[in-house]
Amino acid sequence: MIVTAAPPPSLRPPPSDQDLRSLLLIRHFELALLRLFEQGAVSGTTHTCLGQEYIPVALTPLLRDDDFVFSNHRGHGHFLARHAEPYGLLAEIMGREGAVCGGVGGSQHLYHRRFLSTGVQGESLPVATGVALKLAGSGALACAYIGDGTWGEGAVYEALNMALLWRLPLLVVVEHNGIAQSTPTSAQLAGTIGARAAAFGVRHHRVTSTDVEEIRAGLAPLVHAVRAEPSPLVVEFVTHRIGPHSKGDDTRSPAEIQRTRESDWYARYAEADPERFGRIDREQLALVRQVTAEVTARPLVVPPPAFQERP
Amino acid sequence: MTRVSEHLNQALHDLMESDPAVHLLGEDISDPYGGAFKVTRGLSSRFGSRVRSTPLSEGAIAGVGAGLALAGDKAIVEIMFSDFVALAFDQITNFAAKSTTMYGRPVPVPLIVRCPTGGNRGYGPTHSQSLQKHFIGVPGLSLFEMTPFHDAAELFARMFSLDRPCLFFEDKVLYTRHMYRLDDLFRFELAGDTARVFLDGTAEPDCTLITHGGLVHRTLDAMRALLLEDELVCELLVPAQLYPVPHLPDLEEARHVCVIDDGTEGGTWGAEVARVLYPRLWSGLRRPITLVNSADSVIPAAPHLERDVLVQAGHIQTAVREALS
Ligand SMILES: Cc1ncc(C[n+]2csc(CCOP(=O)(O)OP(=O)(O)O)c2C)c(N)n1
Ligand SMILES: [Mg+2]
Repeated sequence: MIVTAAPPPSLRPPPSDQDLRSLLLIRHFELALLRLFEQGAVSGTTHTCLGQEYIPVALTPLLRDDDFVFSNHRGHGHFLARHAEPYGLLAEIMGREGAVCGGVGGSQHLYHRRFLSTGVQGESLPVATGVALKLAGSGALACAYIGDGTWGEGAVYEALNMALLWRLPLLVVVEHNGIAQSTPTSAQLAGTIGARAAAFGVRHHRVTSTDVEEIRAGLAPLVHAVRAEPSPLVVEFVTHRIGPHSKGDDTRSPAEIQRTRESDWYARYAEADPERFGRIDREQLALVRQVTAEVTARPLVVPPPAFQERP
Repeated sequence: MTRVSEHLNQALHDLMESDPAVHLLGEDISDPYGGAFKVTRGLSSRFGSRVRSTPLSEGAIAGVGAGLALAGDKAIVEIMFSDFVALAFDQITNFAAKSTTMYGRPVPVPLIVRCPTGGNRGYGPTHSQSLQKHFIGVPGLSLFEMTPFHDAAELFARMFSLDRPCLFFEDKVLYTRHMYRLDDLFRFELAGDTARVFLDGTAEPDCTLITHGGLVHRTLDAMRALLLEDELVCELLVPAQLYPVPHLPDLEEARHVCVIDDGTEGGTWGAEVARVLYPRLWSGLRRPITLVNSADSVIPAAPHLERDVLVQAGHIQTAVREALS
């Protein structure tokens, strides 16, 4: 089952050049990554955020430098929206020189400034709660991205409970794309995320728009309250995973995949301002090509000290 | 030629067909996906509600499996990556294993927790571990591991017959290898629980190696290199039951014993095997049992770093050569 987002008629106000750059950097980065996998140039696994790029892009200007961001397996967009460092990220994924975590973490385990991801679902939320406990009152918050499927993990509820009891600045961003790996939400989530948040007395805000400015306008006062009160907030984005879960493992019907494509922000943004979009699209494609060529040619990352010696 | 994943799949089909009490639970195990490693392919189409794709709830699904077992049925729970069995640790050790004895009378808990395990695939620190060692020494809990030499259907039947929870580790790299196939140098036979791999026609091996299923191919590569490059003859024992450590045959005459274990160093399965063997072999041993383990380290994502951390054929060859020099 696919939850369908209602596309707003046009983009008003239009996205800034900066937003378009960020959106298109992420889109081309993820497409390039899938190609590198197809060519056998990357090993392991990867989870692309194709179709969901606008979520971290919309959120980024609402976040401050001293906020802490927790990400998950589908984290390249979260990372690039906060840190436009495609060289360091690709080097990490490819185990090349300049990797942001020395090639140890790879795609799912990044720690860069105040951005941290881990590959075990639900694990981050209690940790984000601890960081929020430390940050409470400072005006900074802890933001954690999780998927709809991750609401199956008990740790999510243990964290939400404490976050409300202790009035912590915890922003939970739910990317509800209607699926977890291969399992539709209808088969893995009883009730709704809104009602689950309500059960803890945690504020919940549902976003169906894919328009970054519109999303921000709705979120700004709520995120302000997270910092000022402080208090936890669950923001649920109704979104779509256009690509496979990882690579080549999409068992959805062609009709279903087509429906996800129809709600892609990309075509709508292109239509709204073809000239400007086209220019930035070409720029970012060229940038990603350059990143790919350069990083692919780099030597393998030298093991960090902890990995140099076999005891 | 059957691949290990196909062999496991067939064993699950046969088991569910022959025993209507068996249930299967796990994330994304239903068709058409058929599990992250396709081991459960075709089962949901054939056996309906006895096969359930679950929410992401490892702790709870291990508990649900224990509940089905408590109520008189049998359950197999698949943990998508064995790393996440950590989330089920409480249900397995504090409920399923303990309840077999903590109520003052035997309580059968026929539960198998399948754990796709191990690295060498570039999946990174939380998707590559071999966590067997954390479950060693839990009263009421048995550990088994898939090998290319053991019939999976027999192993499933054996685990259920114990009436206590069992963890069943399946190395992810093993999935794509073939059952029962060896290169032309070696032959194998089953001696009770244990597969014995040996060089045809030689009398006394210089060293007896002991390992678990996931390390078989790397160990065989090392045995070949030791023979051709170092002129050292090795024999290999591969038990399917890891814990309690079963009786390992023929060791009384062994000139040297080496246990090879993919778990990271410290508190290892290999050390447990050595603990069991020392009193038995003490009078005949010429030197301490050699233990080969992965490094005391997280498992990096980058393949060239991962390779150095995990046990490879080269590490085994060096360890055996040095021990015998
Ligand atoms: C504890 C745990 N269980 C299972 C997995 C394997 N896994 C990775 S992503 C995923 C699905 C996650 O779905 P969702 O939370 O909806 O995020 P999405 O992939 O849709 O972005 C699963 C089952 C995991 N990484 N961690
Ligand atoms: Mg999802």
